[in-house]
Amino acid sequence: MIHKFPKITVWRVIFAAILASGAYATYLRIMYGLGGSTNLSDKFPWGIWIAFDVMCGVGLAAGGFTLVAMVHIFNIEKYHPVLRPAILTAFLGYSLVVVGLLYDLGRPDRLWHPLVMWNPHSVMFEVAWCVTLYSTVLFLEFLPVVFEKFGMHKPLAWIHRISVPLMILGVLLSTLHQSSLGTLFLIVPEKLYPLWYTPILPLLFFVSAIAVGLAMTIFESWHSSRAFGRALELPLLMSMGRVLAVVLSVYLWIRFLDMSHRHVFGLLAQNRIETWLFLLEIALMAVPAVLLYQARIRQRPGALYTCAVMVVFGFMANRLNIGTTGLEAGSGTHYIPRWSEVAITLSIVAVGFATFHTIARYFPIFEAEEHPSHGREMEETEADPVAAG
Amino acid sequence: MARAILYDSTLCIGCKACEGACAERWGLPYNETIAAEPQISAHKLTAVDTFGDHFSRRLCMNCVQPACASVCPVGALQKTALGPVTYDADKCMGCRYCMQACPFQVPTYEWNSRLPKMRKCNMCSERQIAGKLTACAEICPVGATINGDRDELMKEAQRRIAEKPTEYYQRVYGISEVGGTSVFYLSAVPFEKIGLRTNLGEDPMPEKTWRVLELVPDIVSTGVVLLGGIYWITNRRTEVARAEGAKKEGR
Repeated sequence: MIHKFPKITVWRVIFAAILASGAYATYLRIMYGLGGSTNLSDKFPWGIWIAFDVMCGVGLAAGGFTLVAMVHIFNIEKYHPVLRPAILTAFLGYSLVVVGLLYDLGRPDRLWHPLVMWNPHSVMFEVAWCVTLYSTVLFLEFLPVVFEKFGMHKPLAWIHRISVPLMILGVLLSTLHQSSLGTLFLIVPEKLYPLWYTPILPLLFFVSAIAVGLAMTIFESWHSSRAFGRALELPLLMSMGRVLAVVLSVYLWIRFLDMSHRHVFGLLAQNRIETWLFLLEIALMAVPAVLLYQARIRQRPGALYTCAVMVVFGFMANRLNIGTTGLEAGSGTHYIPRWSEVAITLSIVAVGFATFHTIARYFPIFEAEEHPSHGREMEETEADPVAAG
Repeated sequence: MARAILYDSTLCIGCKACEGACAERWGLPYNETIAAEPQISAHKLTAVDTFGDHFSRRLCMNCVQPACASVCPVGALQKTALGPVTYDADKCMGCRYCMQACPFQVPTYEWNSRLPKMRKCNMCSERQIAGKLTACAEICPVGATINGDRDELMKEAQRRIAEKPTEYYQRVYGISEVGGTSVFYLSAVPFEKIGLRTNLGEDPMPEKTWRVLELVPDIVSTGVVLLGGIYWITNRRTEVARAEGAKKEGR
């Protein structure tokens, strides 16, 4: 077998550059501590490693539990083809969240402490347990793919037997975990800007996680259809777009009610950075909500994809606002992430994309659609030399 | 029973003797450069700052219901019966939630260490246990910082503002803030003018998260029944459909 040097493409160069900067930032983090690798301070103890790597990472993994609930618990079979990619995303998402935590914790060697030293009054304790248990559940939910690949029938049968309780547990743990990331910020009423601080943060985190879970599933299907030359499951994604429109509307409506009950609309008249960031975040959720109600938008893959991307960005804006920018004024300081913080975050994202791509290529992830198209691809490649010859 | 500290800003002369005594007690370096730093940090657990004509001292408030202890996932922070909020560095994993949660922004971090710890004043916990005064109260030459029983110090503070209504802003900071603290402040001017937060409210911070956390067992148990039930209903439907389909085929 000839080992070919991988072809140099723009994306591969960018990928390599990101990983190289990430490696150097990792060196800084290990050798010079958090002070040498971040712009965190006593007044601003959490940065983008928490607000992006953890809070967005967990949210973007929400497709896993949303689709498991839809397919297996609500028994909406038609979504089955996109279930596996969603579970894979969730599993990778959670694994990368743990990687992010290893960077962010002052003592990553003590990551296991909350499992042994309990404080049930702490939201962080709940978060730690949810991450641990749900990562395990996701691993078990993903295992059938590995067993199928290697034709291990006995363990496959065994894991199918526990699959129902496993799925229910997974959905529950996700519900708790998604909402608990919002609960984390209930303790900072005097620091978090009133456009974001609300006692119902846990509920808002949960509903927006469902929305972004659906958006990520559309996002992935679109990308994988292009990367692997599969047919896009358009009717399926169109109906998912419908669900997404409704979930977004519910989310926006809850936020509207919450803000009117707390009488904070007046804050929107202030020309402050928070106002603009808030409006950006809402627009990125409201525009796709309106668009997705229209059949002609849902029918066009490009438009559907654009809507999904907007939701993903709106979601990230929300988490970053709550985790960083919304806390600046109340903490009496400014925070702009250092290059090394950004480098490590980008590296984690890049590794996530690459791993997804690799697993999707070698394992039966896009099951239903893949086999015929995969076969066709093989025929084509086999036919090619003949044609050339 | 519980101990507390009373800091009277009107008596403070800004000599920073408390800073030196505190550094000595913690075994931290103290020199002119460090003395000039106005804020608390991992190497300076109390700091005297100047606000115009007034002095103000920062130290851990050792809250009656501390946010830091409630949010610590590993229970490294504990409220002791004697008053101090203590920290066990061997448990701490460095999540820094205590720093985020503290309404007074007291916990500080050894940012440049490879094996960092959180740092904060613990009201000289071991000295209090031994029946001694805090290092800062013991050294204060003018009695601006005094250490004693919480209830008695509260009465003393109220007595001072009642006796000299023109010299004191007519409130004691720390009696009701976030459910009460173990450090009381007296001042000639409103407290926000000596760098204290006055928008904290009187509810203890831990309640804000506990209100949600205490629902977790209910959510889990209800969720199991609900999701299990939905699964049973929806999949029963397919079973029935399958069985009927088989029957029809049989005919």
